[in-house]
Amino acid sequence: MTDFSKLNITSALLGLKNKDFKSVELTEYFINQINKKENLNCFITKTFDKAIDMAKKSDEKIIKNRELGSLEGIPIGMKDLFCTKDIRTTAGSKILDSFIPFYESTVSQNLWNSGAVLLGKTNMDEFAMGSANTTSFFGNVINPLKSKNNDKDLVPGGSSGGSASSVAAGLCLAATGSDTGGSIRQPASFCGLVGLKPTYGRCSRFGMVAFASSLDQAGPITLTVEDSARMLQSMVSYDSKDSTSSKKEIENLLDYKKSDLKGKRVGVPKEYLLDGLNPEIKKAWDLGISWFKSVGSEIIEISLPNTESALPTYYIIAPAEASANLARYDGIRYGFRAEEKSDLTRLYEETRAQGFGKEVKRRLMIGTYVLSAGYYDAYYLKALKVRKLISDDFSKAFERCDIILTPTTPNVAFPIGEKQTDPIEMYLNDVLTVPASLAGLPAISISACLNSDSLPIGLQIIGKPFEESSILSAASLIEDLRGF
Amino acid sequence: MSIDNSTVKKVAKLARLKVDAKEEQNLKNELNNILEWVDKLQKVDTENIDPMLSVSNEPMPMREDMVTSKLDNKQILSNAPEKKAGFFVVPKVVE
Repeated sequence: MTDFSKLNITSALLGLKNKDFKSVELTEYFINQINKKENLNCFITKTFDKAIDMAKKSDEKIIKNRELGSLEGIPIGMKDLFCTKDIRTTAGSKILDSFIPFYESTVSQNLWNSGAVLLGKTNMDEFAMGSANTTSFFGNVINPLKSKNNDKDLVPGGSSGGSASSVAAGLCLAATGSDTGGSIRQPASFCGLVGLKPTYGRCSRFGMVAFASSLDQAGPITLTVEDSARMLQSMVSYDSKDSTSSKKEIENLLDYKKSDLKGKRVGVPKEYLLDGLNPEIKKAWDLGISWFKSVGSEIIEISLPNTESALPTYYIIAPAEASANLARYDGIRYGFRAEEKSDLTRLYEETRAQGFGKEVKRRLMIGTYVLSAGYYDAYYLKALKVRKLISDDFSKAFERCDIILTPTTPNVAFPIGEKQTDPIEMYLNDVLTVPASLAGLPAISISACLNSDSLPIGLQIIGKPFEESSILSAASLIEDLRGF
Repeated sequence: MSIDNSTVKKVAKLARLKVDAKEEQNLKNELNNILEWVDKLQKVDTENIDPMLSVSNEPMPMREDMVTSKLDNKQILSNAPEKKAGFFVVPKVVE
């Protein structure tokens, strides 16, 4: 009898193939776990009937051994930002509370084509704006991990908090996330998981609820590096429905295993040694560096001089794009509509005032302001120029190194309610993940060790454009040497 | 640059957000804090630097001008909060 709680994608695929268990049994196990751990609030919408149905179909294929997908029969969670046909998709917002798409996002369609089974739509910060999963209209998500020194409920990170928490709590084998400034990597770090944001353009954005279009990328949150490669392989594709979708050839991501880290040049950016960096995280970073040294990688100190400007740049560009993207929520064509019949403009204003939460409104205001006449040059245009400098920093650094190793977050998971009073303090969570987002680079977070409270510390590996297998290979070294 | 209540009102109008007096005050304070923080970008020398509009370096080819979507009226209206006779309903806009 297989212990389902010990499975990951890779071992579950083997078990299914060997007919040790059926996908329906596996799916029923996870449904049971989701019901048991309702208190974590990981799911906005559960799709259990559909899950059983999909699992049955996978079982039939497995029995016939025909047309098997690469994730045949694997139950997953889908961030509630991917439109799913005939299944409510809310993006964590009241304004989309009743929205039922009649089309499927390309990333989710790719996963169904691979045979994945949908358990439900995972909770998230409203429109992916948040780093603690506390801005969701559907309530905050709780991290299944706890400090060994107190009993406080911790945040799972955000915005893909429901996805990370559900994988960490064993409620599904993997989940999708989306990353605009760190929304996959940061929660993966807080929950002790592997989170990968691919190169901008690798995953199609078609059918993803848009936040900041020049930054948004889908990616997987998984238990292991191999699972990450398997999920991502299925998610990526060229898609004519996304004008920024890349036509570059897609590599076989499992080839990461063949890559040798001996002689690889690992860049360590001195600017990431922030004043506020938690000393235990600094120690974890040093430990990571020592692991690469031990296999013969070359450690190279690099400089990314504009790192300090990345966060303010992000908090101009992302809200500006959001203010344009979220203009579509008007209460006319779909979603929530306020009771206001007197005048069209008043209907818009009331609908949006009641439909959006506080953080979303704050960012819409910032975004509208920096794009408005008289301020466009000083803020938005300035930010676009600084973005170029940040991107050029990386290009120069990658002349001297192959990958870059940094911590993922300046702190570990914190109690719900903390770091929430001041927006800027909240934004600082993203300080180490945002630069790679602005440059569109692939980056992965993997748990490297535990701190003195036994909470996970994540390290981030940033790669050259479209070299996902290179960061997977580096992450697998950490996975091998961390000793758990 | 510091923003006052009338600017908050103006921006809220542009963003089509109804803001009450208390929210207006909070937003003014929060926006000023955030803007003061992002203002440090002004110190970065961006002389002769082109704005970066996209990280994608691949050309965006023109697509064939073909009908690809087969959405019907019913689907388009399926999420409308109010609909009538195959149309979205809005408050009266002409006198």
